Amino acid sequence: MFEQQLLNALTLGSVYALFALGFTLIFGVLGVINLSHGAVFMLGSYAALLLVSKVSLPLCLALLIAMLATGLLGLIIDFLVLKPLRARNAPHLIPMIATIGVAILLTSVAQGLFGAQVQRFPFGTVSEASFTWGNIHITVLQIGIVAMALALMALLLVIMRRTQLGRALRAIAEAPKAAYLLGINVEGLFLLTSFVAAALGGAAGVLIGLSFNAITPFMGQPMLLKGIAVIILGGMGDIRGALIGGLFLGLAEVMSVAYISSDFRDAISFGLLFLILLVRPSGLFGQVLERKA
Amino acid sequence: MAEAWQTFWSTYSTLILSIGVNAMLALSIYLTLSCGLLAMANAAFMGIGAYTAALLTVHLNWPFSAVLIAGGLSPALVALLIGIPTLRLSGVYLAMATLGFGEVVRVVVLNLELTGGPLGLNGIPLQTEWWQVALWLLLTLYGLARLRRSKVGRAFEAIKEDEVAARLMGIDVTAYKLLAFVLGAVIAGVAGALNAHLTFFISPGEYGFEKAVDILTMAVLGGTASPVGPVIGATLLTLLPELLRFLKDFRLAVNGLILILVVLFLPRGIWDPLRFRALWQQRRRVTA
Amino acid sequence: MLRIQQLSKHFGGLGVLQNVSFTVPADTIFGLIGPNGAGKTTLFNVITGLLKASAGTVEFNGRHLTGVPPHRITALGIARTFQNIRIFKEMTLLENVIVGMHDHLDYGFFSLLFNLNTFRRQESGARQRALELLSWVRLEPKAGMLADNLSYGEQRKLELARALATDPKLLLLDEPVAGMNPAEKAELMAAIRTIKARGYSIFLIEHDMRFVMGLCERIAVLNFGSLIAEGTPEEIKNNPQVIEAYLGREETA
Repeated sequence: MFEQQLLNALTLGSVYALFALGFTLIFGVLGVINLSHGAVFMLGSYAALLLVSKVSLPLCLALLIAMLATGLLGLIIDFLVLKPLRARNAPHLIPMIATIGVAILLTSVAQGLFGAQVQRFPFGTVSEASFTWGNIHITVLQIGIVAMALALMALLLVIMRRTQLGRALRAIAEAPKAAYLLGINVEGLFLLTSFVAAALGGAAGVLIGLSFNAITPFMGQPMLLKGIAVIILGGMGDIRGALIGGLFLGLAEVMSVAYISSDFRDAISFGLLFLILLVRPSGLFGQVLERKA
Repeated sequence: MAEAWQTFWSTYSTLILSIGVNAMLALSIYLTLSCGLLAMANAAFMGIGAYTAALLTVHLNWPFSAVLIAGGLSPALVALLIGIPTLRLSGVYLAMATLGFGEVVRVVVLNLELTGGPLGLNGIPLQTEWWQVALWLLLTLYGLARLRRSKVGRAFEAIKEDEVAARLMGIDVTAYKLLAFVLGAVIAGVAGALNAHLTFFISPGEYGFEKAVDILTMAVLGGTASPVGPVIGATLLTLLPELLRFLKDFRLAVNGLILILVVLFLPRGIWDPLRFRALWQQRRRVTA
Repeated sequence: MLRIQQLSKHFGGLGVLQNVSFTVPADTIFGLIGPNGAGKTTLFNVITGLLKASAGTVEFNGRHLTGVPPHRITALGIARTFQNIRIFKEMTLLENVIVGMHDHLDYGFFSLLFNLNTFRRQESGARQRALELLSWVRLEPKAGMLADNLSYGEQRKLELARALATDPKLLLLDEPVAGMNPAEKAELMAAIRTIKARGYSIFLIEHDMRFVMGLCERIAVLNFGSLIAEGTPEEIKNNPQVIEAYLGREETA
């Protein structure tokens, strides 16, 4: 029983981590809290839904295209909204408010296009097969989710730590103006980061859409809050932190539903977050971030 | 003529009074922002004030003015309790911690029998009259204006600009941050109490993440350089969904679009004294 | 007046101040010099309570400053300016200086709220005093300007006026003439002498030797976190260890 809960926590936590990853990338590199990430997540879900149900694409392909589509959306958002604000040296809350506007816009458009009712992936989208190992019951979907989330995160970590690109991104994260003076193509990398972050958010959307099979235009909102909790737990702008924070939140949620009370699940998670912050003001892994030049 | 006014008022009174309530909410976050604190707990404080007031009226039949004062004081006590540890955090971390606190409050209220659970509290007598909203709004504006012109307002600004330098000016930064936080909670609480007796029904969902974001947006959109800004922002964001009603499902889309456009072109908000000064100086140069 | 005893400060394994002991007497202009990285600003940070000492004590007029928060140290009578200027850029000069008087304005909430006599009297008194202090550094005509619009040298002078507003007994100046041209330096030197004549004690950090030798009555020298000399300008000028610290050991040709 306990092991089963652990597995559930692992699955849930992986998706949380995936979502938070995009969120933390944008904060770390662009310095913006992108509150439209939830809406992008939601649109990723709808994109895959449409591709599977209307165009009858196999899931893997639909997932890939959905990721590309949301990535593109993220790119557009950065180019149209965040980039002009960067040029104007806008005070620090302003880009966040702009992303709120984007979120409202996208949610409303989704509502208008798809309606507010709950939609599901067609039966048979994912194989119903499962394995039993001891006390644990593992579905193909769960394996897929964990594998995908971990693979993407591993890929991201490798890029950040071992490649020139990663070094450039980390330089920008610490001191954007200095990075610019060093000849790094800061604007180009901002666009790339927005693309990747949004793609990751879209992926998370598809995976959550498959797990809970309840897609609505409003599914981004609660997710956003969880994403915020994850990166606070794990430290803003820290990739490993997003992973560990996501797993931690998944664990906290699953355990509190299983052993304490499902009603108070969110209160417990956020209560924990609150307490952790009081003890370690920059999250479990974050360092006190001070952006220099 | 009087009849036209009556019809107008019966249809739109709630909307107009909501502007007053929202203006108070926007001002409550303006106060903490003016101290450099990005605290997102005011929606939760509003909720605490609303529920305290509503419960006192419904169960204990307290007079309305007492209820309003209780509605302002109960969140203040909570603010005092959580403020001391929480205000050590800064910037985004403070925002997130306060959002987290807000979620805890929401879920607790959602699950308490006393507060009616997810179904909320119904049947709150409609006791809020226009002059009460106007009175409290004016009191808030007056109080904030006086603070601005005093050592307290200067201390807030100093803290916002440079905490270290502020400390060396003899300013007890921790105490002043707490003051801003608690005062903000009082204003939000009273607004919540007024609102509860205006809409006669309250539920936990009204005081969560969305509301917190709304309040912040109203203040920042209007401009945080002076108390005028948040009032403008609140008015605009309260009226806009009504004005755009004809767009039905897509009216929120336009809402979002307007938000984006205002942010892009007026990054310091609508009411921005610096921009006015620059424009005026430009005009003087042209006519000179 | 200010007694530093066995003061040490280390960050992790890095020892920035080692066993520093000296005394700044009252009514003097005292200078602290030393090569870059010697720990001078760190010493100031410890004195003003921004950093906690790892060992040793700081005593001001008989009162121990260990563990006292910065805003209370200011209230006790120590004011300070910063190496990299920390004025309030979005406020006017006048407002900057008035902030310094924070502790000396003691009207209550009531008076504040209803614009009563105490409030009005103290606020206008503060304004006048601020204008006076600005005139000491010749910035009075610009009182209504935004501090951000000042030139670098003027911003330093503003910081000095603001520090004076806290009504200190001891002024800590961290590189007050860095980045100034010779005319501005001479002007500030004269201003500091006048300030001292008005009864303030001054403790300053500087790199400009001529400035220090010309102005200070006593000088302490820090190198790699340790005190290597203390005395009059004459003594310091001829101290072989000081010369070595600045110029390096003489090559035996």
